[in-house]
Amino acid sequence: MSSEEIKLIVDGKRLDGRRFEDLRPIKMKVGVLKRADGSCYLEMGKNKVVAAVFGPREVHPRHLADPTKAVVRYRYNMAPFSVEERKRPGPDRRSVEISKVSREAIEATVMKELFPRSGIDIFVEVLQADAGSRTACLNASSVALVDAGVPMKGMISSVAVAKVDDVLVVDPMKEEDNYGQADIPFAFFIRNDRIESIALLQMDGRVSRDEFVKALEMAKRGAMKIYEMQKEAIKTRYIIESGEEVNEVE
Amino acid sequence: MKLNDDIILDIRRDYVLGKLRDGERIDGRAFDEYRNIEIETGIIEKAEGSALVSIGNTQVIVGIKMQPGEPFPDTPDKGIIITNAELVPLASPTFEPGPPDENSVELARVVDRGIRESEAVDLSKLVIEEGEKVWLVFIDIHALDDDGNLMDASSLAAISALLTTIVPAERFDIGEDFPLPVRDLPVSITTQMIGTHGVVDPCKDEEYASKNFITITTDSEDNIVAIQKSGSYLMSEKMLMEIIDTSIRKAKENRKLLKEV
Repeated sequence: MSSEEIKLIVDGKRLDGRRFEDLRPIKMKVGVLKRADGSCYLEMGKNKVVAAVFGPREVHPRHLADPTKAVVRYRYNMAPFSVEERKRPGPDRRSVEISKVSREAIEATVMKELFPRSGIDIFVEVLQADAGSRTACLNASSVALVDAGVPMKGMISSVAVAKVDDVLVVDPMKEEDNYGQADIPFAFFIRNDRIESIALLQMDGRVSRDEFVKALEMAKRGAMKIYEMQKEAIKTRYIIESGEEVNEVE
Repeated sequence: MKLNDDIILDIRRDYVLGKLRDGERIDGRAFDEYRNIEIETGIIEKAEGSALVSIGNTQVIVGIKMQPGEPFPDTPDKGIIITNAELVPLASPTFEPGPPDENSVELARVVDRGIRESEAVDLSKLVIEEGEKVWLVFIDIHALDDDGNLMDASSLAAISALLTTIVPAERFDIGEDFPLPVRDLPVSITTQMIGTHGVVDPCKDEEYASKNFITITTDSEDNIVAIQKSGSYLMSEKMLMEIIDTSIRKAKENRKLLKEV
């Protein structure tokens, strides 16, 4: 990684005019797929991803079933047209790793013990990628799980922090990711409107301990903003559908 | 057979957890103590560089092979590092032959990240003809015996092997052989989370008790260059910061071993 050629911070602003802690515009729509049990379409800047949840349902192949809890599977997949140069279809090493750590983050929040011998499948398709696609996918998955009615201990909200031109910025876009000095994707476990712990953490690049502490604080503030939007998206979906009944109860 | 194995695993797990509750590890080590580390280099003559690292009973061999090749279009002035890990069936009764599974992919990618992000190898010195031909550095991780913490054994073996690598220019008729320019010593420290405890350098019996790890790689100036949280668990911020501090401290100790290579 090098930052010599391109200036990423000009007059205290980022290339797209954002301040250091600003997120890219986020759009979410819940329940966009008819056949899935739960789904969510999410845009985060130029990232466009769609997450689908199937289950709890029977596990195939059968021998993978666990008699004590549900098996959670997570597939992060990039569409061939999602990036500048066509990506060869199918899992590469990067997607395998992202799927693993994302599944582990989700698994830690899903109440698997309630569904022995069954499977919960989360499939996320990246239709367009522009840095931070794993965080976008986790945010969408978390909402799709709620839409599917899968019992969870809390929500997952995810955002990355990058170091570019020696400053820390939240939710890096492609240029900041490519020419930056570090990239730290975080996902937080949020319960009762409060960040309780860290569900996903990776990093590559170079930061000091103090910079890391600062990045963590910035990520937490960013994640809380995303969390509010996730809540809003879920409310929008369900309050419209049952609006009249709600009024009658009141 | 399966049932017996499961019962034995349960007993081992209970034993590990029981000991931890009393503030002890099953082999008597302190929570932040590594098993004995040994590094042996230059063991494969046919490789450009090689190292066998043992941490306790865990053994990993890393071989470096190099050859000229085309640079990536976006980095015409840099050599290329390619890291691969094979968890061969000889290393553990649970490893199976076949294409790399997610664990070996993760192992290779985390080792790779430490070396790449610390800029340990000066890739700008590995250009043969800018935009046309550069050196490809293949780092191949070969696990021999998995008694826990393959991650740290692999990253130590990788950097040790790189330190002893001679670029085989003569073999390809492109000038004289020269030592691979290595300018930093990234060291990864893996901590396993068992319950509320964090123990460094887990042995296999400890790994049976929990599959939750975090690996922190630091460079010679104590900067963090790679992090990987692995396993389905939630980690408190306080715990994370404790682990980062311990990792920086332990990496300094392990880095001393590398200086002797």
